[in-house]
Amino acid sequence: MKVDSYRFLPRSFRSYYEGRGPFAGEDKLVWAPFEKRLQESRIALLTSAGLYLKRSQPSFDVERERANPEWGDPSWRAIPAASKATDLGVAHLHINDVDLIADPEISLPAHLLERLAADRVIGSAATEHVSVMGYQERNLEGWRDTTAGEVIAHLRSQGVDGLILAPA
Amino acid sequence: MMPALAEERLAPRVVGVEFPYSHSFGMPGDESMQRHVLELALRVLAGAGAPGTRVDLDVEWPVPLREAYRAWQPKEASPIVKVLLETGRRPG
Repeated sequence: MKVDSYRFLPRSFRSYYEGRGPFAGEDKLVWAPFEKRLQESRIALLTSAGLYLKRSQPSFDVERERANPEWGDPSWRAIPAASKATDLGVAHLHINDVDLIADPEISLPAHLLERLAADRVIGSAATEHVSVMGYQERNLEGWRDTTAGEVIAHLRSQGVDGLILAPA
Repeated sequence: MMPALAEERLAPRVVGVEFPYSHSFGMPGDESMQRHVLELALRVLAGAGAPGTRVDLDVEWPVPLREAYRAWQPKEASPIVKVLLETGRRPG
């Protein structure tokens, strides 16, 4: 069985994604072997669903995107693993947020990852996961220059061995 | 959700799911489905032997396509989609 990558995409948008190949200058394969056993590894999650902590973090900047539709907020948020659904907001203008608000685990399954750690499937879960907002400028400037490095440093500071990236 | 795109961008390990946008791990409230996806992602993370590994999940979205297609989309068109609709420009 092969997944249809465009099953839920409006037909007119397919050409936007299909057959584009790698980004310019990124045509070399990247590979990092996973050396440890999962049962000894610390795992983190990254979602692009635009989740943020409603009481303590700013929303992703959707007003600037409304004013400049080709721009997307490239910043990131640390999401504590113990966050409850009611702690989280969603700032993403390209998806319906009803299911995300009801159950953020569909995009950031932090509580489920804790259960996998308790079941010894993995060694441990990160104490803080990562959220970004997936609609970005074509050149990905903010992500390349700032966000990627900050996220990597944040994960390394927690001793993370592996990251599951979940595009929204 | 778009494993073909991830492959084109040379992502080293890819898990394909045929789910609507924003539902990377499955249906809300369905822990069994979410666990199935997360465990597969962990197995691919740790077990893939070479770059370009792609494993697709053989799980059908349990909502009729027409309904699911509408349900994932925002209530109001996104700013860039509004521009495209107003100007007749094609995406890209």
